[in-house]
Amino acid sequence: MLGADLLVAQNIGFSIIAVMMIVGALRVVTVNNVVHAALWLVVVLSGAAAQYLLLSAEFVAITQVLVYVGAVMVLFLFGTMLTRARIGAENDLNNKNWKIAIPVSLLMLGVMSWVVIDGFADERLIENPGEMTQVPVLQISDDIFGPYLLPFWALSFVLLIAVIGAIVLARKD
Amino acid sequence: MLTTQFLLLGAVLFCIGIYGVLARKNAVMVLMSIELILNSVNLNLLAFSVRNGSVDGNTFALYIIAIAAAEVGVGLAMVLLIYRNRRTIALDELSEMKG
Repeated sequence: MLGADLLVAQNIGFSIIAVMMIVGALRVVTVNNVVHAALWLVVVLSGAAAQYLLLSAEFVAITQVLVYVGAVMVLFLFGTMLTRARIGAENDLNNKNWKIAIPVSLLMLGVMSWVVIDGFADERLIENPGEMTQVPVLQISDDIFGPYLLPFWALSFVLLIAVIGAIVLARKD
Repeated sequence: MLTTQFLLLGAVLFCIGIYGVLARKNAVMVLMSIELILNSVNLNLLAFSVRNGSVDGNTFALYIIAIAAAEVGVGLAMVLLIYRNRRTIALDELSEMKG
């Protein structure tokens, strides 16, 4: 059953991108060079955009590339530059209790995987992957400007306040 | 495609992000780990969006992307302010607020 699933093209794509994303994420949290970590983060974020395409969410995938790979990454590189982190490798990027973080995250992973496998076992995401249709952007916009209009307004205010707050915080008096 | 594979990938990314938040000392690295966590949540939302045949998950994922962008902007402004006052962004050296 699982063997038949592995032959589907989407599954092969998923596996390759998933391995790429996990390796990239591990490098982000283990590499001892801030700029390299930012570049590995690009790998993870682009992989996430590819997974969104596999899930037929093209609009979210494009937004992911625009906002994350474009804007957020430039912000990170500017932040690295302005705080004058050394461009080369640094040895003291981890705090002194970093070893405790390993069992904590492994425990969380164990509990979460157990819950997911217990709850969804081998349920198909969709019966026939071939008939997965792309989510029309029209439907998303109807959703945003229909039932979720109030959160959209709140989000606009959050963005406005974030812009003003960032300017006030970073301004030199 | 199975539902489990997307949820498990989300769980793995989430736990790697948690490890990064707990283990890293550099404030910029902690912000990067938070981005990993937010992305794993987005992956889950979109998987459930497909599973339930509804677009609500896509809408929520878009909102999360916008919130994450705002969060990084304010977070980096705070990091810059801390750097300007303290000449360091090592989080374990910021102990003024310690009771």
